[in-house]
Amino acid sequence: MATQESTAAKMAGSPHGIIGRPVARIDGPLKTTGTAEYAGDFHLPGMVHAVPVQATVASGVLRHLDVSAAQAMPGVLEVLHRGNIERIYRAVPNDPNATVSETRPAFEDDRLYYWGQYIALVVAETPEQATAAAAAVKAEYAAETPDVRRELEPFAGKWHTVSERGKVDDALAAAAVKVDQTYGTPVETHNPIELHATVAAWEGDRVTLYESTQGVVNHRNAMAQILGVPREHVTVITRFLGSGFGGKLFPWAHCALAAVASRRVQRPVKLVVTRTMMFSNVGHRPVTEQRFRLGAGADGKLVALQQDALNHTSLVDAYDEGCGEATPYLYSVPNLKVASALVQRNVGSPMAMRGPGAVPGLFAMESAMDELAVALKMDPVELRLKNDAVKDESNGNPFSSRHLRECLETGSAKFGWSRRTAEVGSMRRDGKVLGWGVAAASWGAYRFACATTVELGADGRARARCATQDIGTGLYTIFAQVLAEKTGLPFERIDVLLGDSSMPEGPLSGGSWSTATVLPAVAEAAEGAIASMLAVASSTPGTPFAGADAKTLRLTEGRVHRASEPAAQGVPFEQILKKARLNRVSADGRSGSAFEDPKARGLSMHSFGAQFVEVEWEPEIARLRVSRVVTVIDAGRIINPRAGANQIKGAVVMGVGMALLEETVYDPRNGQPINANLADYRMVTCPDTPQIDVTFLDYPDYALNSYGARGIGEIGLAGVAPAITSAVYHATGVRVRRLPVRIEDLLRSEIRQA
Amino acid sequence: MQSFSFTKAQTVEEATGAGGRFIGGGTTLVDLMKLNVETPSTLVDITGLPMAEVEKLPDGGLKIGAMVRNSDLAFHPEVKARYAVLSEALLSGASAQLRNMATTGGNLLQRTRCPYFRDTSYSNCNKRNPGSGCAAIGGHNRMMAILGTSDSCIATHPSDMCVGMMALDATIHVSGPKGARSIAIGDFYHLPGTTPNVENALEPGELITHVTLPAPRRQSRQVYLKLRDRASYEFALASAAVVAETSGGHIRNIRVAMGGVGTRPWRAHEAEAALMGKPATPAHFRAAAEAALKDARPQSENGFKVELAKRCIVRALTMATA
Repeated sequence: MATQESTAAKMAGSPHGIIGRPVARIDGPLKTTGTAEYAGDFHLPGMVHAVPVQATVASGVLRHLDVSAAQAMPGVLEVLHRGNIERIYRAVPNDPNATVSETRPAFEDDRLYYWGQYIALVVAETPEQATAAAAAVKAEYAAETPDVRRELEPFAGKWHTVSERGKVDDALAAAAVKVDQTYGTPVETHNPIELHATVAAWEGDRVTLYESTQGVVNHRNAMAQILGVPREHVTVITRFLGSGFGGKLFPWAHCALAAVASRRVQRPVKLVVTRTMMFSNVGHRPVTEQRFRLGAGADGKLVALQQDALNHTSLVDAYDEGCGEATPYLYSVPNLKVASALVQRNVGSPMAMRGPGAVPGLFAMESAMDELAVALKMDPVELRLKNDAVKDESNGNPFSSRHLRECLETGSAKFGWSRRTAEVGSMRRDGKVLGWGVAAASWGAYRFACATTVELGADGRARARCATQDIGTGLYTIFAQVLAEKTGLPFERIDVLLGDSSMPEGPLSGGSWSTATVLPAVAEAAEGAIASMLAVASSTPGTPFAGADAKTLRLTEGRVHRASEPAAQGVPFEQILKKARLNRVSADGRSGSAFEDPKARGLSMHSFGAQFVEVEWEPEIARLRVSRVVTVIDAGRIINPRAGANQIKGAVVMGVGMALLEETVYDPRNGQPINANLADYRMVTCPDTPQIDVTFLDYPDYALNSYGARGIGEIGLAGVAPAITSAVYHATGVRVRRLPVRIEDLLRSEIRQA
Repeated sequence: MQSFSFTKAQTVEEATGAGGRFIGGGTTLVDLMKLNVETPSTLVDITGLPMAEVEKLPDGGLKIGAMVRNSDLAFHPEVKARYAVLSEALLSGASAQLRNMATTGGNLLQRTRCPYFRDTSYSNCNKRNPGSGCAAIGGHNRMMAILGTSDSCIATHPSDMCVGMMALDATIHVSGPKGARSIAIGDFYHLPGTTPNVENALEPGELITHVTLPAPRRQSRQVYLKLRDRASYEFALASAAVVAETSGGHIRNIRVAMGGVGTRPWRAHEAEAALMGKPATPAHFRAAAEAALKDARPQSENGFKVELAKRCIVRALTMATA
């Protein structure tokens, strides 16, 4: 891969070389051997099992629950419901350090807001007994007709202006060429392969929660409020995550249920949310419906852009998808308005899913740009280059680092875009029609506060601790790379301890900000620990460095030595610690949020990218597959290109699913998600996966942090779906504005033969 | 899942006399037991019975034991060489892991994937509760059948293997309390009518012991084509199995079966009649496809299957006669 070559070339000039090297993840062997412990893997002595009972209507009132049969079944310890559960408090509204996914705790009232809502909880000795008893709980409802319609228009409510400049109405009216279309995206369910799970264990008035959470600190803070105990009495452990894609950012109702059940039965309780429950009770990307109006001159220069974005939300939470995330700054356009509004449906509360806002927003905007290119008879890459922005026109700020133009140009060259012929259905290969499409991508660049501790131990090991968690992307390895860089120790002598809320507070795994956030704190802590080590060396009698000025000493390859001498002539640091009768030296590292950093002030910070897609189309049988994707990413300096490319490839695969397959479908009669399993909710399988070519431009963004790193978890998904639908149009002549693209859409193609 | 007793049969007689549900690979039964759709009180394990062999018969045909796993059958040299349509159909179904478990007899009895059948919170399913109604009609019906449906049931038969066997004129051999008998595959599956709970010709206690395939006609070419939403691990929206014999550009012998569209593995006799003796041309293929779908009765969401099934037949015929 070109990325690795260019990074390797840069590495040759780097003194330590570990930063930017495509190293394997340090947690890889634990995962491939099945020894990594996920939340649901914890088995505690005396542990029992909880299974929720779900409502089978989506709107109405729970009239009566009959738990007598369930209560009498073998192994059943307790059936909890609204009538007998102790209070579950709400989390404090708008507390940024204690966010929950669903405001309303389970069982709070007898109203039913969505299908699958928890109405009771069975606790039994075994999971099988609890499952059987849960099925035996009888509920009577006063059912009402739910509203789960996918269509959000007609909408008569109030719009909220997100961003505005110029006079968009006048400019649209006067524009030479216009596009005015509405684009829709469906409910997508996060579907991380690891199920949501909670294992709760009380010791007196202290509780330990083994969780599958993207934020152990937030989770602890929120659960303390919800359970009505001091924050110090709650410990949250998340050693590994089988991903979350946003669905595990904040606690859901089951977390509190497991904890109160455990407090009730005075035994550890495990609650694993089933795959089917995960379609109704733990969030989803909401339906979006976005009207896009573009106006351009005959030369292709944008003069006006208006986005009116609706998304659905639940009856209990006002979840704003934020479809205007990337719209105000991606292109240069003097007149712009972005507005949004919410529409309530009888569904569980939506939750941020990989690239929230930007991903559905860019589907609409980049689809509209493709339609504009067609209307202008202009190449779609050319159209984007022509409208590239040199500053953030929403606020006048310069970009800290923006290379969208180079993404498009590099992608064009690698993809072979110059060979594209514009006419629909005009490209053929091996008895198939080819379609080529392109889209731009963007995602915000963030850095939040982080604290961490680094130790150098008498056991000869370096150790980092931080209450953050590795969502599965490689954060353990990022920590290890920084420790290796600073100490010169090999990975075999480095321990990274994450996923425990009692450690120094680190970031949520969200928004692609983990790497950018932890780097400066780990570097500072490592440097502090080394300084402490050198001070010990210079002040410990019996070492060769006793009495030396610590400033003249270095730690290299794990050895303390004089700066004037090679490391080989130094002394391993653990020998000095032993001589000094110390167990360890350690230091804390802290870094603040970029929002408070003078270096970042007045700058617009985003990542950029370009997606180039080829589809193969067999019109005779309406078979369409994505065959090739070239993706070029401008996400600052890439700390680990191997883990990074893995993220981008995974995101592209997810984008293929978004464009062609994924949709949670609700039965309109009762509001049930009817395809709530991994066979009927279609995600990409290996044979659906295209050839993917990932290139990182690798320009450091030093405004964000000293390493110049931004984030890569989400940017790879942005732009994939519109590039695919544009390629579909190019191959078939069918413009799909309502995802996913289905065979029934493709059958409308007038191209009947390859 | 409800509690059940489990016994392992050593002989066919022991199995058929045990009065329980037979379990082979379990890929359908265990799945449905977890959903409480199937609630057998007794499971009779038949994996130890001597029915796991594929044998060439003296008349040139093939005998396939009911316990032969889908993957073993698909890769059997005789099947690959002489019954390609069956091999292709098998390999287009499920996943490698499921095919390693699923058996020939079990796949013949595969139950529908209708989501309303699979979810016991719907009391209205005529397959599960005869006379209770059909939740699928008026529900999410994109994957449902368009041929052979009734006002009582629109559930699609999900199997690919059975479609291949339909086109090969397989015979199903069973053994039961009243002895052994043979049933032509064309007579094996019942239309739902007013009794969708009765899916096939098996009598209580009868066990499928093996399947026989007649010797393939020497000049015949075979194709299985499956159209679906994604490339793997996905049920058919429409599939076609074609066994064709042509000479001098004319169709001399033809068998066409369809999957993904019928309430049972669907033999397209009308298409065959429209093709017999005709030139192998696109116009005749299209006419045959029109004939095959002329009685199609789509639901609100699956009208596209009519056109898709026609295109599937045309392409499969084109491939089999090229």
